[in-house]
Amino acid sequence: MREALPLMWRNIPERYNLLGTRCETCGKSYFPQRKVCPTCRRKGKLAEAKMPETGKIVSYSQVFVAPSGFEHDTPYFLAVVELDNKATLLTQIVDSKAEAVKEGAKVEMVFRKIYEDSPEGAIAYGYKFRVIP
Amino acid sequence: MRKVSIIGVGQTTFGEHWSLSLRDLVTEAGIKALENANVEGKDVQALFGGCMASGRFIGQEHIGALMADQMGMNPLPAYRTEAACASGGVALRLAYMAIAGGMYDVVAVGGMEKMTDVSTEDAAVALAGAGDQESELFNGATFPAIYALMARRHMHDFGTTEEQMALCAVKNHGHAVHNPYAQFRKAITVGDVMKSGYIASPLKLLDCSPLTDGAAAMVLCASDKANEYTDKPVEIAASAQASDTLALHERRSLTGLHATEVAAKDAYKQAKITPKDIDLLECHDCFSIAQIMALEDLGFCKKGTGGRFVEEGNTDLGGVIPTNLSGGLKAVGHPVGASGVREAIDVVRQLRGDAPAPVQIKDAEIGLSHNVGGSGATVVVHAFKRGF
Repeated sequence: MREALPLMWRNIPERYNLLGTRCETCGKSYFPQRKVCPTCRRKGKLAEAKMPETGKIVSYSQVFVAPSGFEHDTPYFLAVVELDNKATLLTQIVDSKAEAVKEGAKVEMVFRKIYEDSPEGAIAYGYKFRVIP
Repeated sequence: MRKVSIIGVGQTTFGEHWSLSLRDLVTEAGIKALENANVEGKDVQALFGGCMASGRFIGQEHIGALMADQMGMNPLPAYRTEAACASGGVALRLAYMAIAGGMYDVVAVGGMEKMTDVSTEDAAVALAGAGDQESELFNGATFPAIYALMARRHMHDFGTTEEQMALCAVKNHGHAVHNPYAQFRKAITVGDVMKSGYIASPLKLLDCSPLTDGAAAMVLCASDKANEYTDKPVEIAASAQASDTLALHERRSLTGLHATEVAAKDAYKQAKITPKDIDLLECHDCFSIAQIMALEDLGFCKKGTGGRFVEEGNTDLGGVIPTNLSGGLKAVGHPVGASGVREAIDVVRQLRGDAPAPVQIKDAEIGLSHNVGGSGATVVVHAFKRGF
């Protein structure tokens, strides 16, 4: 794991507030942010846009073997979520009953710790999602 | 454009080579390929080598220079390509382009990776760099998890089963029993796969290709000069490549690789063939679900029917499209930078009649290799044709 501090810092607005981009030419939203709209390219005009904090699960997996930084979290759910504006993202699903994590389940964003670099190191925060009961 | 042929191939055994370094592996494969091609070192004009993550695995970059240096081939120009697990396929394609475009007549291509010097956790981090560092790895995604997301959606949309996925691994292991270069020359059963424990559900340990050390190499030559070296040249009938989003979640579909569809279509057009003309396939089965999706995306069966297609025996020797007769990434092993070259080598062996006897297809004319980088952000497809 171990993201460099400047990288972690640069991504704070995006990861804390689900701040993506929206193309004012074609209306499509992107998360994480993009500088170029792949559809409109230089005709596109991307502006920062708050993503909706609710959506639905498109696919999910329960992870049993984690990369370094996540060893203590196993097993944990990962999912591809389609937000209410059709933008998609990859996220952990937390605070939910295992049987509730399935395709189509409605989810909402929660603010959580993602990982700790080391006992004295930086703590990365960001979004996770939970199934709306 | 000039036609290009493969005139020699070589590889190390794939496995956990505790006593060998990356330079040992690449020189062994390189020398074997030159000897097999009957080429003198002085005839080679350039080197292309695929390597994904030597910086993370062994702290060594500048692999182009390392190849030329260790092979004793200075001052030849030498290039390293990096496209995650498609690094080798991209190296092959660039070497092909260099000859087809008229720059060189004879070049050597290599693929290599030394993966077992680091812990499994650190290897998982290195490999996750093939995805999107900032949106996938940051959130705790591993490569098995990313393919698991595709598998789960494939099961949801098409009714694909964990047993059908397991069967891909079982068949590939069955083939690898005959392959002297394979990491796992051991037959397994569907029950073994189902009992092997989840890595990232629904994918289990035996759905996943392993961590592997190994190198593979080949020598390419302008087709009009190939007969100076060999009487069994294999022509590269098509070389195609396509790109897609780095992150899985931004794809148009989770149940297939669009870049495979695009590259395959281009390759079939170049070679003037359809899937029906192809005698064998070496596809990129980094995970069992990847083999099912590849069969669909390459056009051998309809979208959603890959699991049943495998179950019905269509990918077996004597079937519609014998697939991964080498053992595939699952059982041959997957030294990530080497696999693209290794897949091509195993097609060449079949077309030359040099495959292990129990899995040799009689009079195979056309073969296809399919190499995927990351979760499908790079795909390379090559078609090969017997040139004798």
